[in-house]
Order: sequence, then C-alpha cells, then structure tokens
Amino acid sequence: MMIPVCRLADLPRGEAFRLETDPPVAVFHTEEGELYAVDDTCTHQDASLADGWLEGCEVECPLHASKFDLRTGAVDAPPARRPVRTHEVVVEDGMVHVRLSAAAPGPPSCAAGRLAGGAG
Amino acid sequence: MRAVLVVGASLAGLSAARALRAQGYDGRLVVVGDEPHRPYDRPPLSKEFLAGRADEAALVLEADGEDLGAEWLLGARAVTLDPGTRGVGLADGRAVTADGVVIATGAAARTLPGAAGPSGVHTLRTLDDARALRADLARGGRLVVIGGGFIGAEVASTAYALGLDVTVVEAAPTPLSGPLGETMGGVVSGLHADHGVRLLCGTGVRGTEADGGGRVVAVVLADGRRLPADTVVVGIGARPCTDWLAGSGIELGDGVLCGADGRTGLPGVVAVGDCAAWYDPAAGAHHRVEHWTGALERPATAVAALLSGGAGGQRAPRPPYFWSDQYGVRIQFAGRAAGADTVTVEEGVPEERDVLAVYRRGGVPVAVLGMNRPRSFTRWRKQLAAAAS
Ligand SMILES: Cc1cc2nc3c(=O)[nH]c(=O)nc-3n(C[C@H](O)[C@H](O)[C@H](O)COP(=O)(O)OP(=O)(O)OC[C@H]3O[C@@H](n4cnc5c(N)ncnc54)[C@H](O)[C@@H]3O)c2cc1C
Ligand code: FES
Repeated sequence: MMIPVCRLADLPRGEAFRLETDPPVAVFHTEEGELYAVDDTCTHQDASLADGWLEGCEVECPLHASKFDLRTGAVDAPPARRPVRTHEVVVEDGMVHVRLSAAAPGPPSCAAGRLAGGAG
Repeated sequence: MRAVLVVGASLAGLSAARALRAQGYDGRLVVVGDEPHRPYDRPPLSKEFLAGRADEAALVLEADGEDLGAEWLLGARAVTLDPGTRGVGLADGRAVTADGVVIATGAAARTLPGAAGPSGVHTLRTLDDARALRADLARGGRLVVIGGGFIGAEVASTAYALGLDVTVVEAAPTPLSGPLGETMGGVVSGLHADHGVRLLCGTGVRGTEADGGGRVVAVVLADGRRLPADTVVVGIGARPCTDWLAGSGIELGDGVLCGADGRTGLPGVVAVGDCAAWYDPAAGAHHRVEHWTGALERPATAVAALLSGGAGGQRAPRPPYFWSDQYGVRIQFAGRAAGADTVTVEEGVPEERDVLAVYRRGGVPVAVLGMNRPRSFTRWRKQLAAAAS
C-alpha cells in the first residue's frame, strides 16, 4: 500500500515525520539527503523513533540509546533487542510516499529502505 | 598491547570490552566481576523489574549470540592493583597481569550509618537487592523511602502503583535540587503529592526500630517523629567502589580522578562508568557521572586513549544525559544544572508535569529538562552537544 506522507520540501534534512498509521511509521530525511522509513515505535519500550537522534543512516532511540540502522532496521545493542521493520520510500512529483512492508509488524525484517531524493 | 583486563562486569565494563574489539584490539581480554551474574541492566530494577512487569531475561545486556572472545572471571573481587606490573590481585588469591587495565567497578549503595539494619530495610543497586525488595513489596502495607533522589522516587512510584501506602523522607528542603536545581526539583518531586504519596522534607533520619523478631516496624526521624513501616528503602546515593585501589598510586577523590579521556595518572590504566571522575574542561573540575548513557558511551573514548597511549585526540563525550520514569511521566535531563543562572520554561506547563525547561548561564544553554517531551528534548540535547564540542 502506497501512502502519501508530505511534500519533500516540508521535510528538511535532519528531520523526521511521524505517519499516524497503525502501527505508526517514521520517515527520515538524513543530512546526506537520503530518505528512509521504519516502524516508529522502538522495539524496547514505547518511544517514538521520529523523536530520536538522527546521525548518518542511524537513529538513536530518544530514551535509552539503542541505535537502529535505517537501511536494514537492525539494532546495535540492548536494551532494544529486535530490529524495526523497514518500508520503501518513493518520491513522486515532490511528494514523499511510503510503501508499507508486507512483513508482519514486529518480527525481524531485512528489507532495505530505498535510497531516494539523493540529488541536491 | 597483548593483554587487557577489565575490572567490573556491568554496563561500563561490557561497553569497554565491546569498544576494545570494535577498535581492532585482538589480544587477550579478561573481564573480572564480583557479582556472579553476566552484565545486566540496572535501570529496570527500580521500575519494570520491581513492578513485576519484566523478568530477569529482559535485563540481559549482551546481544543474542554476542561473543567478545573474553575470559569472564565472575564472582571474583579485585582487591589490589600493583602500579609497577599492572597486576590485579583477586580476593581468592589469583592474580591477573595485563598491559592495559580498565577500571569499571561502578558504585555501591550508601547505607544508613550504624549497624546493619533490621530485616525489611533495603538498599537497591544489584539484582539480588531487587529480588529481595520485590519480595517484600509483595507483602503490601506501608513503605517508607529514605531519600527523595531518583532511585528513591522511582521506588516510591513503583510501590504506589503496586498499591502500597508510601512515604518519602528527604533531608533537603527540596528533593532533587542537586541535579535539577530548586525550581525544577520542586516540579519533579511534586509528582509524589499528585499521587497521594507523602513527602516529608527538611528532616533527617535517626534510625529504624525493629520488633522482637528483628523485623523493621518504624523509621524514627531526627525530630523524634516515628513513621510506622512494614518495609524501608534507603535511597541516599551511591559511593564509588574504589577501596581496592588504595595503595595503587592512582589518584582518588570522589571516584577515580581521570583526564578528559578517562586516563588515570598511571600509564596503561583508564577508568569508566560510575566509579570514574573525568575532568570536565567546561566546568574546570572532575565529575562523576552516575548515569547509564555515560557508562555506555565513554568507554569508547577511554579505550581509544588506552590503545593509542593518549595520542588519539579523542572526541569529547556528549553532555551527561539521564532519564527517569516516575508515576508514568518520562523525565529526561541533559547537561549540568550547577552554575546555571536562569531556568526558563520553553514549552508546556510545570503544574501539569508536562514541560520543557532550559537552564542557561550568561544566556548560553547549559542544561535541559523534559517531562513527557521527548521530541523537543532531543533537539535541545543535540544543540547542547553541538555547543559543547
Ligand atoms: C536501581 C537503579 C536504577 C537506575 N536507573 C537509571 C535510569 O533510569 N537512568 C539512568 O541514566 N541511569 C540509571 N541508573 C544508573 C546506571 O544503572 C548506572 O549509571 C550504571 O549501571 C553504571 O554502570 P557501571 O558499569 O559504571 O557501574 P555498575 O553498574 O555499578 O557496575 C559495577 C560492577 O563492578 C563490580 N565491582 C565493584 N567492585 C569490584 C571489585 N573490586 N572487583 C570486581 N568487581 C567489582 C560491581 O559488583 C558491579 O557489578 C540506575 C541505577 C540503579 C542502581
Ligand atoms: S525505548 Fe528505545 S531503547 Fe528503550
């Protein structure tokens, strides 16, 4: 399912957008200009990764510092132990869309978030 | 470097072992810890674990399948460090000699002065402490918490949720005024009254009273008042575990005195985590940072300094950060409140315990406090880090 998120122009680099789907999805625009989408809720406790500390292709959970690789969803170290699900990001006519993963929410997924919006 | 010994097998020790391997060290690695347990996470001990919402498996700090190629000597206490050989003597008579030593012995809960208390009086630092306290809280009744700091407040909040009748006793006029300052200390400790937990401030504790069976029945305050209690928690802070370093030549103050990269005065020896007082150039003083994230992150800096002999030009650590969960409110703090001359509320309403407050010194932000405001908190925290580096 393709879901429109926001205009690319409204999502500056270094920022994240929280999409109120069920479960919620976080879309990140990295300082390098890449776009990634992952399930928004940390796999440790109830924290929104869109509120986290974005650095390179990693987001650090805003509460307890587990880091998730936005490309794979992989987590670096406990307290979080499970990866987050990744989703594909597509930009069309200046609009950011997310194609929700078909994987079941929660359990491990290795699908890589697609690099988009790399130019400029 | 062919052998590195890490003393202390908790968060800071594990993070040091990880950092050694991540930075390419492939020699012998020995980790010594005096608890019998593999590294586990302490923050849940006053929260989810104490409440019975998390089991022991959830406390494990190692990732599934993680193998650092280390020799683990658990249930072994280090008692001496020989400055000449960097040999560490263990209580059981064994000795381990290494080219590099990482001191990560953390801190131990302070106890009330005097003889060991009656049964039903607890401190909370280790898994074994938490198991014992959890069993006592399950009896219900009246809990008196001595000390209104973060651990005391979290235990009070957890016990309140479990249905106990809770009183918190604090010697200072306002709890948390050390870490948060008077105003915000008052806002955060206002959470107790919001939930009908009694908070008695400005009074010390004379001692505890026990029944004939040696079980606590009351806490006696300095002013003579007597608070009946079925269980008591003493949450009056922690002292660094550095006794074993006496005679090693390492400089000790409130913790192991280190440079801004964790190096001690003894070549080949660094200190990390709750036992270490790193030099903070911004404050011009040594500080012990007793928080989880410091014990997680700073070992990478110290290990880089150890492996390079101090030639590394290490990246400055991020400003201290901690979180606390009380009465369902997420409290986050970064930076240092001491030395701030103003505190302003930037978002939210203090009375609603929904607030983002910024501490400034001469107009420059030095610390930030958030209650239930993770997003703006992270922004401010990043800004503080950028300003500090
Ligand atoms: C109940 C509780 C709740 C907490 N909640 C929070 C929170 O919400 N947020 C936050 O930021 N921080 C929190 N903290 C603080 C955080 O847990 C500590 O900062 C962190 O554990 C420090 O790690 P460390 O490895 O330096 O020390 P420690 O975890 O104290 O570990 C030191 C280890 O060294 C061992 N040791 C000591 N002496 C010797 C010796 N001579 N020989 C061998 N081994 C020795 C000890 O047995 C211990 O296992 C909490 C702490 C406690 C106790
Ligand atoms: S909630 Fe994300 S690491 Fe704890």
